[in-house]
Amino acid sequence: MSLFDDPFDADARLHAVGCACSTCAGTHVKADVPDNQEGLIDRIVVSSLVREVFGHHDASRRHFIREAGAGALAAALAAVLPVDKVMAAVKDGGGPVEKKDLKVGFIPITCATPIIMAAPMGFYSKYGLNVEAIKTAGWAVIRDKALNKEYDAAHMLSPMPLAISLGVGSAAQPYYMPAVENINGQAITLAMKHKDKRDPKQWKGMKFAVPFDYSMHNFLLRYYLAEAGLDPDKDIQIRAVPPPEMVANLRADNIDGFLGPDPFNQRAVYEGVGFIHLLTKDLWDGHPCCAFAASEEFAKTLPNTFAALFKAIVDATHYASKAEHRAAIAKAIAPRNYLNQPEEVVAAVLTGQFDDGLGNKKSVPNRIDFNPFPWHSMGIWILTQMKRWGYIKGDVDYKKIAEQVYRAADCGRLMKELGYTPPASTYAKYTIMGKAFDPAQPEAYVKSFKISRA
Amino acid sequence: MAPSSLPLRAAILSLLLLAILLGAWELAVQPPANTHGARVPGPSKIFEHAVNELSDPFYDAGPNDKGIGLQLAYSIARVLSGYLLAAMMAIPAGFVIGMSPLWRRALDPYIQVLKPISPLAWMPLALYVIKDSATSAIFVIFICSIWPMLINTAFGVASVRRDYINVARTHELSPLATALQVILPAAAPTILTGMRISIGISWLVIVAAEMLVGGTGIGYYVWNEWNNLNLASVIFSIIMIGLVGMLLDQLLAYAQGLVQYED
Repeated sequence: MSLFDDPFDADARLHAVGCACSTCAGTHVKADVPDNQEGLIDRIVVSSLVREVFGHHDASRRHFIREAGAGALAAALAAVLPVDKVMAAVKDGGGPVEKKDLKVGFIPITCATPIIMAAPMGFYSKYGLNVEAIKTAGWAVIRDKALNKEYDAAHMLSPMPLAISLGVGSAAQPYYMPAVENINGQAITLAMKHKDKRDPKQWKGMKFAVPFDYSMHNFLLRYYLAEAGLDPDKDIQIRAVPPPEMVANLRADNIDGFLGPDPFNQRAVYEGVGFIHLLTKDLWDGHPCCAFAASEEFAKTLPNTFAALFKAIVDATHYASKAEHRAAIAKAIAPRNYLNQPEEVVAAVLTGQFDDGLGNKKSVPNRIDFNPFPWHSMGIWILTQMKRWGYIKGDVDYKKIAEQVYRAADCGRLMKELGYTPPASTYAKYTIMGKAFDPAQPEAYVKSFKISRA
Repeated sequence: MAPSSLPLRAAILSLLLLAILLGAWELAVQPPANTHGARVPGPSKIFEHAVNELSDPFYDAGPNDKGIGLQLAYSIARVLSGYLLAAMMAIPAGFVIGMSPLWRRALDPYIQVLKPISPLAWMPLALYVIKDSATSAIFVIFICSIWPMLINTAFGVASVRRDYINVARTHELSPLATALQVILPAAAPTILTGMRISIGISWLVIVAAEMLVGGTGIGYYVWNEWNNLNLASVIFSIIMIGLVGMLLDQLLAYAQGLVQYED
């Protein structure tokens, strides 16, 4: 039976014409192929579902249909699987959006570039949406406002949707992370007075700020310190400080440094209070940072709106990944309504032509980059670090959680629809500070660290 | 010099102090030529900024960028809704507590424990339970402004002279009529004092609450400018907060004058 054959017809075969397998002994019956596209898509979806149920075992399917009738099979299927919902999800994107006016929350940092620029540069309106991008004071507030449904979708740190879905640090609510926004783009900034302490082994007793407990910043800083032999829970004080307040705290000598998002690393240089010790791309080139996230409920009840919003973000992310667009983007997102930062600071971050605060002019074009694809392996790495530092306890089904929250398949499909090429696999191996990470062996990876709470 | 010119002399002295203060400030912050970035701006910079902001106070350039007038209006609306809600509960409850020694003793421990809690400590709980940031901000105003009004009302009602109540009793007034026609006018000055303290506290708290939840309001404005380390804007908004606070206080002071009486 080809994909277009009626799967509820007892005489049709699951196996294609010319199939050489042993079950295809008889002749193939002429297929009753629907002639319109809608019908075709329905047929393909249902056919795939039937295959799933009977595991390509044609004889048992035919037997079942003869005994119980096609209607019973269709009804039985519909009872277990929301067939019409699956069909709608496959065909979505083309349909009219259910809700035009949306609110999307963001934190004023360059990580949110695609979410922010999509408003002034017209990516939301291109997909028929009227989005208000609302600036928010901190990660805990953005989480609460997203959980309260004041925001339809939000800019989050990539570990947050995992934490929310697991119910650590908040009430559990199934959350999707359909797209990563930025990769790289963070840095360790130290106060000027530490300009001779470039070796982390000398940092014992210092106070550092990170934006949030469930952040790549926290996990990368802990990783970096632990590699240098410092226990981040005992030898160092790490506290959560909203990014906009980091520079003010550095100036006031409340902290010795921070691993934070831009533009605040560059702003510390601009203010003359700190210098950029290290870009996080030198710890793990291509690490995820922030993400675009929405609740499962939003994705399921408003599928067309979700698809349109998602497309706008993926499109904006791709636009932002082109170096030649960066200066114009800096100009669009620097004003008071968005980042509220001097344009030259934002431009230094986005173009990668910057002063490190110690008088060196640097040129690192991929200081920050934008790539929407939410690799499952990234989700697994984050979960291993949450396990390593005791944020989650007990057995963790790394793969299942990562695949449930990080919507790699959805993102890949939309990327293809928009004419971009998604990666062939959703898993990749990484090398972080010279140490290999294999997403197939998460538990062994957690156990391999000398300094660990697991 | 004639005594009638005292206010005039005070005004001259006030202005002189201001001039000296601003002059010293301006001199102290003359920038070294070779740095950029934020530093404390001089009064002339702030004045320039203020003229700029106040020339178009009601502009609306998107959800995160609104004029100072609009931001103040958002804050005042929040303060008034929380405050009026609190007054509607605190004044009747204060009457009950003031008129009944039993209730006073029964409720006293709760009031004593709840009163000193910083209203912002309620914020995370409010956000979680109420599930709406705007309502949570109003709740925080409510919870901070209720106590002075409650305590002052109870105190005012309890300390109405026994003679007045005895006179009411000889005229066989009902308890409700006694409360409204005798006790209320007698306790009004104390109640108004409580209301005046409350509005001051509400205005103090709204700035912090809005800095926390953001979105709109003068507190958000301060936070947004802090975000950009734009101290001229921050100082300008400090002055605006002070002016509006004074205005609210003066309104209540005027109301207080209306209910004042001589024994």
